[in-house]
Amino acid sequence: MTLLRTEHLSIAFGGVRALDDVSLEVAAGVVFSIIGPNGAGKTTLFNLISGLYAPNAGGVRLAGEDVTGLAPEALARRGLSRTFQNLQIFFRMTALDNVMVGRHRHETTGICADLFHLPAVARQNRATRAAAMEALERVGLAAAAGRRAASLSYGGLKRLEMARALASEPKLVLLDEPAAGCNAVETAEIEAIIRGLTREGLTVVLVEHDMRLVMNVSDRIHVLANGRTLAEGTAAEVRANAAVIEAYLGLGGAQEAVAG
Amino acid sequence: MRALTEHRLAGVLAMAAIIAVLPLFFPSAYYYRVAALVFVFALAAVGLNLLMGLAGQVSLGHAGFMGIGAYAVAIGPTHLGVPSWLSFVIGAALAALTAFVVGRPILRLKGHYLAVATLGFGLLLAIVFTNEARWTGGPDGMSVPRLLVFGLPVRGADTWYWITAAGFLIGAALANNLIDSPTGRALAAIHDSEVAARVLGVDAARKKLAVFVISAVYASAAGSLFALLNGHITPDVSGFLRSIELVAMVVLGGMGSVAGSLVGAALLVVLPQTLTALHDYEHMVLGLVVMAVMIFLRAGIVPTLAGALAARRA
Repeated sequence: MTLLRTEHLSIAFGGVRALDDVSLEVAAGVVFSIIGPNGAGKTTLFNLISGLYAPNAGGVRLAGEDVTGLAPEALARRGLSRTFQNLQIFFRMTALDNVMVGRHRHETTGICADLFHLPAVARQNRATRAAAMEALERVGLAAAAGRRAASLSYGGLKRLEMARALASEPKLVLLDEPAAGCNAVETAEIEAIIRGLTREGLTVVLVEHDMRLVMNVSDRIHVLANGRTLAEGTAAEVRANAAVIEAYLGLGGAQEAVAG
Repeated sequence: MRALTEHRLAGVLAMAAIIAVLPLFFPSAYYYRVAALVFVFALAAVGLNLLMGLAGQVSLGHAGFMGIGAYAVAIGPTHLGVPSWLSFVIGAALAALTAFVVGRPILRLKGHYLAVATLGFGLLLAIVFTNEARWTGGPDGMSVPRLLVFGLPVRGADTWYWITAAGFLIGAALANNLIDSPTGRALAAIHDSEVAARVLGVDAARKKLAVFVISAVYASAAGSLFALLNGHITPDVSGFLRSIELVAMVVLGGMGSVAGSLVGAALLVVLPQTLTALHDYEHMVLGLVVMAVMIFLRAGIVPTLAGALAARRA
């Protein structure tokens, strides 16, 4: 079953075609990676899928429903969540409070109940806290729950964003460079987390520069270059694709790689 | 004990205790009056703090909402025969409605643009109160009929001390409730990263409008109390300087700190009273104190001191 489909997505910024006619299909329950050199349009694609940008042409379908141009909060309610390449942490809050915001779409008390702290609010707060704690444990941050987010390491913040996205119990999660700036140990942890997600039936779309991680976890890989689709296939297929090698290494590098 | 100090309303209870014993140290009725003014402005500041400190949205026109509440309790009984308490409620409803209508378009703006738009809104209301002289008495203002409770007029600075203190404490309790709730977390999230909040399902536009309306109701309630306490109001109640004063109270006391709003209001109400002895230098010293607080207690008085205390204990 196809969970996410983009159809001929295009967007331009001031005459620059950041994304040009990109179509892809993500089956439910897989890890689908999007790779490409810097400036290929990977994050732009994420911003289009998650509703931060509206496309100039083309559309996005989530579970068969046309969701083109829907606001991010509307997409969140349909089970889409994401992390950000340049962290978007709630720095003034504790780690736990960050993740508690991730539970927002499951919280049911109204603003009047909140103002008067009706019993339902106390129950809601307890349930939210428990679920957020669980999400923190999943990414190995339970011990840091009470710490201010600003005091966490870079790798810790990356995992905090993942916990926050997972706390919303999405069907589809977009991870934008979760391993950027992480050391080998942290990257291995992130790999384990991603594997755990698909085991639970989640669908993961991954943008990542760490090729070892991408090749290890991806069921399918979609390659972008200069805003266009260059190739798509399994890890082995993409690795052997001449156009992909050239895009990454340049023509000379590609010849060397083939010769070597 | 630990559970008690960490309770949601611990701060409110502590403030209530201080307010209860404070009059023991008052040598004259004048002190009751100044304290009542502190509570009135603290109430408005708490509301503005929900908008600014919690949700991170600035308003330079909040005195406009104070004006709505103030003129409601003046005009209602004088011209329309509506009792004061009902005028108070109608004023709050009008402020909420105004905030709802005005907030929808202007809360889309961010930062400085939002500041200028709210500034314009405040100026507009002040002009209305000045020009509609038939209703408001124009620039000279109008007198406010006394509040009647069970048919008896409320008089005496000490009575107003208790009424305004109760008003402030109720406002503080509701604010603390809101902060520790799903809505409060969503608002704090909008403050730090609106895009991340939205991606997590927070309808940022709606939440910002809701807190704008709530803060307007706080301001209106404070304006009504101010008018009833004073017995006379002029368009100054809704003026630009008042709006700036409210912002200064929030920032000086501490963004997001309910107790800070009380401290900020106390500073800006009490200090000018005590500095009158300095005559010509009054405003200069006031300015210097405000600058010194901002330079040395950057996060605001209450959060900075609380942080220093926590660091010492750890």
